[in-house]
Amino acid sequence: MNAIRKYSGFNKLIDMLDNVQRKMNHPAWFFTPYVTLFVVFIIIPVIIAAGLSFTYFNTIETPEFVGLSNYIELLTRDEVFMQNVLPNTIRFAFIVGPIGYFLSFILAWMLAQIPHRPRTILAIVLYSPSMTAGIAMTVVWTVLFSGDATGYLNAWMMNFGLITEPVQFLTSPDFLMNIMIVVSLWSSMGVGFLAMLAGILNVDRTLYEAAVMDGMKNRWQEIFYITIPSMKPQMLFGAVMAVVATFQVGAIGVQLSGSNPTPQYAGQLMVNHIEDFGFIRFLMGYASAVSVILLIMIYGISKVTWGLLGERD
Amino acid sequence: MAKYQAMKVDPKGFSKDQMKFYVILIPMAIFVALPILFIISHAFKPMNELFAYPPRFFVRTPTFENFRDLVQLASQSGIPFSKYLYNSLIVTGLGVFLSVFVTSLGAYSLSKLKFKGKKLLFEINTLALMFVPIAVTIPRYLTIERLGLIDTFWVLILPLIAMPVGLFLVKQFIDQTPNELIESAKIDGASEMQIFTKIIIPIIAPALATVGILSFQLLWNDVIGPNLFIDDESMRTLAFYFQTLAALATNQAGAGGANMIAGQGIMAAASLIMFVPNIIIFIFLQGKVMNTMAHSGIKS
Repeated sequence: MNAIRKYSGFNKLIDMLDNVQRKMNHPAWFFTPYVTLFVVFIIIPVIIAAGLSFTYFNTIETPEFVGLSNYIELLTRDEVFMQNVLPNTIRFAFIVGPIGYFLSFILAWMLAQIPHRPRTILAIVLYSPSMTAGIAMTVVWTVLFSGDATGYLNAWMMNFGLITEPVQFLTSPDFLMNIMIVVSLWSSMGVGFLAMLAGILNVDRTLYEAAVMDGMKNRWQEIFYITIPSMKPQMLFGAVMAVVATFQVGAIGVQLSGSNPTPQYAGQLMVNHIEDFGFIRFLMGYASAVSVILLIMIYGISKVTWGLLGERD
Repeated sequence: MAKYQAMKVDPKGFSKDQMKFYVILIPMAIFVALPILFIISHAFKPMNELFAYPPRFFVRTPTFENFRDLVQLASQSGIPFSKYLYNSLIVTGLGVFLSVFVTSLGAYSLSKLKFKGKKLLFEINTLALMFVPIAVTIPRYLTIERLGLIDTFWVLILPLIAMPVGLFLVKQFIDQTPNELIESAKIDGASEMQIFTKIIIPIIAPALATVGILSFQLLWNDVIGPNLFIDDESMRTLAFYFQTLAALATNQAGAGGANMIAGQGIMAAASLIMFVPNIIIFIFLQGKVMNTMAHSGIKS
């Protein structure tokens, strides 16, 4: 700032801004920009989604109120939803969510116990996958798992004599889901991981010493009675981030297999079902009902997680 | 059995009992880094190495061929590569600035100012941490259409400005700054806005850097905006251009044609271009991010 002030032209501008700023006292100056954008792009879309979920809407005609029939159809007649999409989503979420969360914690816990420089380098490496753009990364996965002998995994496995024929990893329903899980876990060390690392580093160290004096006997006791309770806010933040990330990465199945719906709906998650009905079949009301169920699921799972972490709400 | 010792957080130097951590952490890091090393290596492979059988992980004779092809491919489609790059830079630059500014203003009001509905607002924002944007793509489209924002630059920026995570992190961070600082500035006759720009902003710089990084990732990597809200090809961004290339490459994957393999090198180059700015920014600002994260907890 001071370097800029040396130029007299800037001085005038800064004085002018000062004068304007002197009058800006009302809280509205501060929260209005954020609240406006928040309401327009988050709150209103959620409300519209809820509203549309009770209608038939094909994007051309005006939405027609149909009551609960989208939900009834979804839960009773949509075989793909009940037999593939919902079980897939639950399976995917219940594997990737907890394992990713556990991995983040345990890696952060280990990182906290090595010196600063190696810790920083390893943390950057572990965090880096979450910075890759999902779609751009498709190439890596398609090359690694490619269904013919030029796929790296196939080539290696054939080289070592593990298989004789290349495996159709990405188009085979048996493999697609597992590959999706591995790829998601690979990029699961995100913001929550960083929060937990910072949390562990900031636990009051005298607590550990005091506990040893009081007769603490092993590492597990230490983790469960001191480390985790002392960083509970970060644990919660990490948990919410893990839940959200899990439901957000749903698009990878479509990217990996190159088609929506995925082969035999093997990698079809709720996010893909929304896209399928909303943007491919133009049944926006129906797609909105799926959206609402998805948001409720995320909310419910986050609440359960909070409960598990022992926080009174 | 040795006497039990408490865990040593942030040790100053290396000691033998850290070995067990390195034994796990280093292989993990290598495993995680492999796909990224692969992109880097693949991006610089000449055609004959891309076609090589058995496939080789590391490049032997690196070349910039793929990057050249990537740029040429763009001009074939009528839009020069530089245009996509320019769009991406403008959208990301302006977006990050606005996001940091709007978020920090909002966070300051939630942390230090008094107004009706403040508590409720923070609670709604915390709830919105669980918000998944893709779930409401359709109503978002309808809202944006109604606002007349389709096919404008703003549509690539505005929907991504308000980040609940960003507001949350900055607010928690401002909570740590002592009220006395603000009170004494008030006695000196400073307005709230002056306090904010002169006192708060310098203190919360680490949190702002964190919001900046998160917002950068969101804007730089965004494909939904240019895909759905923009019809004019000349307003689309790098992320979008690369996505169309990726779609071409994967569609041909089934056929396994020569085009697809050549496309791999180009796509790897594209992925690298997307990834490098993210990692560089993070490496420079990681200390500030860790500082912010220390205050990131959700308290109930």
